Amino acid sequence: MAQKDAKVQDLSQESVMFMKRYSAFAVAREAARYHSGWERAWRSPMPKKSYDVIIVGAGGHGLATAYYLGKNHGITNVAVIEKGWLGGGNTGRNTTIIRSNYLQDPSAAIFEKARSLYETMSQDLNYNVMFSPRGVMMLAQTQSEIRGYLRTAQANALQGVKTEFITPARVKELCPIIELSGPRYPVLGALWQERGGTARHDAVAWGYARACSDMGMDIIQQCEVTGVDQADGQVTGVKTTKGDIACKKLGVVVAGHSGVLADMAGFRLPVESIALQALVSEPIKPCMDVVIMANTVHGYLSQSDKGEMVIGGGTDGFNNYTQRGSFHHAEETVRALVETFPMLSRLKMLRQWGGIVDMTGDRSPILSSTPLGGCFINCGWGTGGFKSIPGSGWGMAELMAKGSSPLTDAFGLNRFAEGRFIDESVAAGVAH
Amino acid sequence: MSTRLPNAGRLIDASKQIEFSFNGKRLKGYEGDTLASALLANDQMLVGRSFKYHRPRGIVASGAEEPNALMNMGEGGQFEPNQRATTTELFDGLAAKSQNHWPSLDFDVGAINTHLARFLPAGFYYKMFIHPRPFWKHVYEPIIRKSAGLGRAPKDRDQDRYEHFYTFVDVLVVGGGVAGLQAALAAGQSGANVLLIEQTADWGGRAQVDGGEVDGKPVADWIASTLKALDDLPNVTRRDRLMGAGVYDHGYALGYERVNDHTPSNAGPRHRLWRIRAKQIVTATGAIERPLSFAGNDIPGVMLASAVRDYAVNFGVSVGDRTVVVTNNDDAYLTAIAMKNAGLDVPAILDARASANGDLVQQAIDMGIRLEFGRAIAAVKGGKRVTGVKVCAQIGEGAVLSEIDCEVVAMSGGWSPVVHLWSHCGGKLNWDVEQQMFRPDATRPPTSHDGEAMVTVAGIANGYLDLNNVLQDADQAGKNAAKAAGSKPKTAKAPTASEATISPMEPVWLMPQGAPIKKRMKAWLDFQNDVKVSDVQLAAQEGYESVEHTKRYTTLGMATDQGKLSNINGLAVLSKALNADIPQVGTTTFRPPYTPISMGAIAGEARGKVFQPLRRTPIHDWNMANGADPEPVGQWHRPFAYVEQGETVHEAVNREVLNTRQNLGLLDASTLGKIIVKGPDAGKFLDMMYTNMMSSLKPGKCRYGLVCTENGFLMDDGVVARIDDDTYLCHTTTGGADRIHAHMEEWLQTEWWDWKVYTANVTEQFAQIAVVGPNARKVLEKLGGMDVSKEALPFMTWADGIIGGFDCRAYRISFSGELSYEIAVPASQGQAFWDALIEAGQEFGVMPYGTETLHILRAEKGFIMIGDESDGTVIPQDLNLQWAISKKKEDFLGKRAQLRSHMADPDRWKLVGLETLDGSVLPDGAYVVADGTNANGQRNMIGRVTSTYYSATLDRGIAMGLVLHGPDRMGEVLDIPKTDGTIIKTRIVDPVIYDKDGEKQNV
Repeated sequence: MAQKDAKVQDLSQESVMFMKRYSAFAVAREAARYHSGWERAWRSPMPKKSYDVIIVGAGGHGLATAYYLGKNHGITNVAVIEKGWLGGGNTGRNTTIIRSNYLQDPSAAIFEKARSLYETMSQDLNYNVMFSPRGVMMLAQTQSEIRGYLRTAQANALQGVKTEFITPARVKELCPIIELSGPRYPVLGALWQERGGTARHDAVAWGYARACSDMGMDIIQQCEVTGVDQADGQVTGVKTTKGDIACKKLGVVVAGHSGVLADMAGFRLPVESIALQALVSEPIKPCMDVVIMANTVHGYLSQSDKGEMVIGGGTDGFNNYTQRGSFHHAEETVRALVETFPMLSRLKMLRQWGGIVDMTGDRSPILSSTPLGGCFINCGWGTGGFKSIPGSGWGMAELMAKGSSPLTDAFGLNRFAEGRFIDESVAAGVAH
Repeated sequence: MSTRLPNAGRLIDASKQIEFSFNGKRLKGYEGDTLASALLANDQMLVGRSFKYHRPRGIVASGAEEPNALMNMGEGGQFEPNQRATTTELFDGLAAKSQNHWPSLDFDVGAINTHLARFLPAGFYYKMFIHPRPFWKHVYEPIIRKSAGLGRAPKDRDQDRYEHFYTFVDVLVVGGGVAGLQAALAAGQSGANVLLIEQTADWGGRAQVDGGEVDGKPVADWIASTLKALDDLPNVTRRDRLMGAGVYDHGYALGYERVNDHTPSNAGPRHRLWRIRAKQIVTATGAIERPLSFAGNDIPGVMLASAVRDYAVNFGVSVGDRTVVVTNNDDAYLTAIAMKNAGLDVPAILDARASANGDLVQQAIDMGIRLEFGRAIAAVKGGKRVTGVKVCAQIGEGAVLSEIDCEVVAMSGGWSPVVHLWSHCGGKLNWDVEQQMFRPDATRPPTSHDGEAMVTVAGIANGYLDLNNVLQDADQAGKNAAKAAGSKPKTAKAPTASEATISPMEPVWLMPQGAPIKKRMKAWLDFQNDVKVSDVQLAAQEGYESVEHTKRYTTLGMATDQGKLSNINGLAVLSKALNADIPQVGTTTFRPPYTPISMGAIAGEARGKVFQPLRRTPIHDWNMANGADPEPVGQWHRPFAYVEQGETVHEAVNREVLNTRQNLGLLDASTLGKIIVKGPDAGKFLDMMYTNMMSSLKPGKCRYGLVCTENGFLMDDGVVARIDDDTYLCHTTTGGADRIHAHMEEWLQTEWWDWKVYTANVTEQFAQIAVVGPNARKVLEKLGGMDVSKEALPFMTWADGIIGGFDCRAYRISFSGELSYEIAVPASQGQAFWDALIEAGQEFGVMPYGTETLHILRAEKGFIMIGDESDGTVIPQDLNLQWAISKKKEDFLGKRAQLRSHMADPDRWKLVGLETLDGSVLPDGAYVVADGTNANGQRNMIGRVTSTYYSATLDRGIAMGLVLHGPDRMGEVLDIPKTDGTIIKTRIVDPVIYDKDGEKQNV
């Protein structure tokens, strides 16, 4: 600890905190003094004049990028700038599904990297993100879905992703509340990823933020970027509502607002923003231990540790920025899930909400250098952002530190000009 | 103890007794009771357990804001968890069970958590359970999951029905209190079409309990006459038990009607979801009283002051003989007065303010009620019910000055307007310092498509707490809404109420002001989720400063009441901890629905067979009656195979394949898309849509065509027939019919809107039957009619005519490699024509065949199938279909894209046939591997299987696939691993395996 703190102090300067480790012992010790001794989870500093790296966007992806810049590449003179409050965008609005049973090689690589990092994230960050590998299954309800998932299972076997195609009987065994023989779309099997699951979404952002802050990085909330400074084709800093901040490298990790930032930096992105909705039921006692995605009827379902049935569906059919959904989509999703899980009919919808997802033409992300030197972008995660956070951060950090990364190379901006798409909708129209 | 008062309440019909049960105990109530009032009348103070600490919980409120009294209700297919007792109307036979305890409500093992509470502050789980790693999933999490949750999970299929109802109105008024009634009246008198909805079965809202005078008469009389006036207006509709659940974009509102919750044995739907398009929405949704934060404020018997008088006045229920009122405002004095009037004891009113002199205060003094100013509750005494309070000064740290024995603590921390519906769609709020409440900011309303305000707030919901202002505000709101909706409001003045003197309330967010940590740890903000003042303060201390962070870290306001009681109090504690103003901290987002609504109602009637519309071909019923194994394709059910008695599906497929190759097969091809493209520019348009040239096609001829996306990928294929100079008929795949039609329309409407073309999807207008096999011509000739000879109807032509007496159009096309006709007849004739073919075909060995045989027959011929050989990443060039890509055309959709470097890359995988050395069937979706791994450690892949079948014709597996440099490597042997790693040796062959020269097809 002492040695680490000394190093951090070296790298940042005055305002370094000495992070107290979290443990049952620490909680007991604090209980004795009514928890008066807990420190801030992350500092809230004013920005310095300059940093080696500025990351715009303190969502999961931005914070993970900063974290791995420090952890893997020793770059800790980093600021993460956030317009609102950290983790307040899609990181805090999703249905928390984690899986890596993707079809295309580059996707499987980055999502599996992410999934494997989730396995140890609580220990790595010393913050319980409640990663729960409860298993994820994607139902096959048509012949073409069966073929699609059989193909995915074949690909996964070669990609080092452990999945299997399971029978309806096994589906029922894993999820007793499911109706297998609905008259319209009987369940014909499922693609099962045993090590997929869920995690506590807010905790992922908070855990990374705390760890970044501990490394001496500055997380600056309520600070909006209003311009990107450049000279001779190279980024030199950003203008913000808290003043100008210089940097050598800039990472733009702002999901739905990527187009706005790209415009400031002087380039365009093949991205559009669409509302994606989710809703939860009132909490009930545990009745479902796995995560289920039903793509033919279009709905996802899992049960949170609080007991709420967490439900996700498709995107709205039009572009917008409102962060709220239309009722029609919630209706479509609930209808699909009530048909698949009839017991849901006697539960109540507690809350519905929306997030803005940034979608590319091939529904795969962009992790790339940009026409502006020193400026990198990470966006386009569409409906699959949460599950990829640590893999995305790992790859993006490597890309920013070294100029390339095997995890991100296929996701460059140039792929659209070359026609080198990474289309994941291939396997039976699978949504993320 | 709580009990029924001698004079029953205004909602109770004492002549009608009702039996119900709670935790198996048989109890009695009256018609008009809610489950909550009936429980209180039976002295059931303890009704549940809290979420985290399993603390004893009693009823706190009398309406939708109740966080505690949630029940498992009903049995079997009518069982439902988390039913709110305060909004559940009592009915005979109601069976309720309390939740979240084991083994019983009175003795709950989980209550041990309350003793561990010190170790379980906000967010404790983020700091613990980190090591050892496997323990989270296998030990900690299962324990947490089991102790969380509330009600039981339903098990059986829902027995009830639900329906949707659609309506359009000028003005929707939400809320049937005084404000809603006056707003509806003002709007209704303008002639506007008005819908007035009220969530309970009782009209008049709080005024019915709290009283007052309108135009010199009791408010109850005014309510009665206004209801009458509304009912006399033909343009006003009034519905009760109908809650305004949500407001969405463009004046779309959601109503949730509990039609039969109180009469579960009645026929008809249980819930009805109202989908309302309103030009204007007036929300007259009232306000919710706030609790006060003091130690022990969660003990059963501590209730909202308004609820205590509601139970007395509405239901004739005394919650206890002695009620201590604790307040920071005048309104709670009404409770003291009501208790006194009911003959009950009010030992004291503890008013945190230094002084107050409003009319109600004076009235309490006149009634001889003991008043203590500047006082607070230091602690509530009791465990499962209140036994007394310890009194202290509000200023200070809580030194006990006296103790008062009581059974009820009636608390009031002021009122929060119900701004949910205003906020759902973006309406903004202002903080009113004087009244310590968020009020709608009329200058920042939710706006509709035209940028104009679409919601107006009226009455208490708008921050007007006294009756006269409520009436004036509501009148104006109703008139404004009517005007905005296009009607002309009458100039009539609003009725007036006498104005009372009200002494100002004082913000009291913690009691006493300087409560030490031990008290703050017992001062609840969120009763259901067990969030205390100390938890919010801890969140602030740890840097979870944003209100959203605090909410998520502490779970404040995330319970089933969504913070109706706790949010403002929590917010105030947070802002104090941060040294910031409340408006600076802001609120969390208000999300629909206002209170939870049933999933059943959301899903509506769409379940089971009518979950989605089932599309049926004219031959559907025959198919299903003749062994069809239904395969969902889009919304159709196509026969996968026709399975005969004693046969497996696989055997049926093999029989169908052989029979079609040797004799005669019939395929119900009606689901294939048929799109008419017509107009002078039709040819030019299709030249853009298809990769090949369609404008040069001669009338009477057919041509196979490919449709690509703008990005160059193969999207669909099918045969195009030119009907006449201006008319084409485009066949699409089954799944592609709607998609391709929409694709055509998108281009026509957005890019080529000036081209003279129209399209019509006529898929369902025709039955289309493929007559396939060596005997195809024979059966048609037997039926008699048009000339179907090779000369009269050569391959890739079509002709109209009559066969067997049926008007038809015969296409000489083949997707099987056999002699084949696809014959379209009007849909109404489809079954008759099919029957005729089956009958006439008997002597030729006719058998119907399904989609699997269709697939195998085409695969034997090397024909591609959209969705197998194509998957959205494949371009026609990959499939060796260059011959179908016109080089003469200047442009077509996908042309530019196909010129991009990766598309033109010679290293793209290309279509070949695949033949296993051992004759086995390759697994679906298998990949071809090369040595080594890529930079991410994944096995190098150089191809994949796109279609694989057992061919009965050849008695071995056949397959197609895409392979790197495939067409140049004929005869090479590849490695194809199964998922278990074993390798299948496979040779690259020509994809056309059967009848390479097309001799069978061109006869």
